[in-house]
Amino acid sequence: MKKYLSFFKMRLMAGLQYRTAALAGLSTQFIWGGMEVLIYRVLWNAHPERFPMGIEALSSYIWLQQAFLTLFAMWNWERDIIESVKTGAVAYELTRPADLYGMWMARSMALRLSRWLLRAAPVIVLGCLIPAPYGLRLRVSPAVFALFLLSSALMLTVVCAYSLFVYALTFHLTDPNGVMVLSTAAADLLGGGIVPLPFLPAGLRRIAELSPFGAMQNVPLRIFGGDIAGVEIAEAMGLQVLWSAVLISVGYALMRAGIRRVSLAGG
Amino acid sequence: MRLYFKFLSVHLKSAMTYKTSFFLSCLGHMLITTNCFLGVKFLLDRFGEIGGYTMPELALCFSVVLAASSLAECFGRGFDAFARILRQAQFDRILVRPRSLVAQVLCQDLRPTVLARLLQAAAMLIWSVRSGAVAWTAGKALVLALMILCGAGVFFGLFLIYAALCFFTLEGLEVMNIFTDGAREYGKYPFGVYGKGVLWLLTLLVPLALIQHWPLQFLLGQGPWWYGLLPPLSLLFLIPCVLVWRLGVRHYRSTGS
Repeated sequence: MKKYLSFFKMRLMAGLQYRTAALAGLSTQFIWGGMEVLIYRVLWNAHPERFPMGIEALSSYIWLQQAFLTLFAMWNWERDIIESVKTGAVAYELTRPADLYGMWMARSMALRLSRWLLRAAPVIVLGCLIPAPYGLRLRVSPAVFALFLLSSALMLTVVCAYSLFVYALTFHLTDPNGVMVLSTAAADLLGGGIVPLPFLPAGLRRIAELSPFGAMQNVPLRIFGGDIAGVEIAEAMGLQVLWSAVLISVGYALMRAGIRRVSLAGG
Repeated sequence: MRLYFKFLSVHLKSAMTYKTSFFLSCLGHMLITTNCFLGVKFLLDRFGEIGGYTMPELALCFSVVLAASSLAECFGRGFDAFARILRQAQFDRILVRPRSLVAQVLCQDLRPTVLARLLQAAAMLIWSVRSGAVAWTAGKALVLALMILCGAGVFFGLFLIYAALCFFTLEGLEVMNIFTDGAREYGKYPFGVYGKGVLWLLTLLVPLALIQHWPLQFLLGQGPWWYGLLPPLSLLFLIPCVLVWRLGVRHYRSTGS
């Protein structure tokens, strides 16, 4: 475990170097969030009765979504990993006395966390400064906040497990680009990136909530806004645990099979 | 211009060597833009209208912005990847060739994204035109063409500024995404929907509303005729863009690698 932790720390430090880029990304995210809120404000003023969730919950959802973007954004693929599999440089990694899956998992998590650490706080502060009901609502009970944190951690696990599943697929495909673009599109639509899941038509919404993508940003953001509560939280987090387990085991198995093939090919 | 098409055909040929991969990416990127459109559709199904606009009207607006930005990207893609060109000192090679600087940067690669977006913009435009949201006349058709062409001009200007800033920072500024990717994304709604502040900012500072919101009012029969003449005015924006670019080129120092 210790070696994975130190690997994690190493990547975290590396990620924290890009401070100017983070500053630039920050204002971008603030403006994107602002434009999004403006649209929903127009809709809220015209037809508040047709909203499937409260405007406060929705505003919190949007601001947190911008703040947490780097944690769950599917397009945050690690090109290095894909390239290493394609070129065969992965062989060097295989010589290390550590499991490849664990190493890549630590690496993916560290990269996302380091980007998030640099960007989240200012977006959250700015979001709080926006007057209610369009700002980030901070009045949450400690219990809800704890659940939010736990479910964020689960979200990160699901997202990284999914990425690793795609990286593992790379061993078996010549060009993973198609899978990656498709995953990005699916995660955007079914994960609540385009519109929050309650805004989807009923049938599609059900599919989305059960899919692995619905176990990503959807859960913590809606817990925080108070849009889901009680049993619904338990169900949603149960799905997060389930999808983590499924994706990790499938990804692990795929990688195993892939590595075996690599060694057969003679490296 | 001939040089540009020469470059384009070379890139097209190189893309065609990996046909399946190219078409798959095209399809994927089409899905991503369709997603964006689906978001609009879901909101419309629920609310009936957004800021007073209906589906065909929004489709018209979205297709204009999408077509304009993709056309600009088609020509200006090289500027988008400019940070990389600078860092790898490819710009030195460009400088020593006896051809126009801009023309050479113009065509650095051909991306499937652009093709996918153009196709989608065309599909939406055709659908919107057939749906009868606008009482078309020859004048209105001309205004529509002006919106797309001048829009491409404004987006091109934004790419140019983006690239020029790279001379000073040596890395791409993510902030510019607000105006390039962001403008495309948020241009799916007429800018007036976002409120007066945003509308005036995008009219006077970065004249995107001149190719979208104002002429659209004319097309929909909600504004006076001279709104239709506003798109060419937006091209004035290119003057400061070119000046910044010139300043950047003079400031250029090779990374020497």
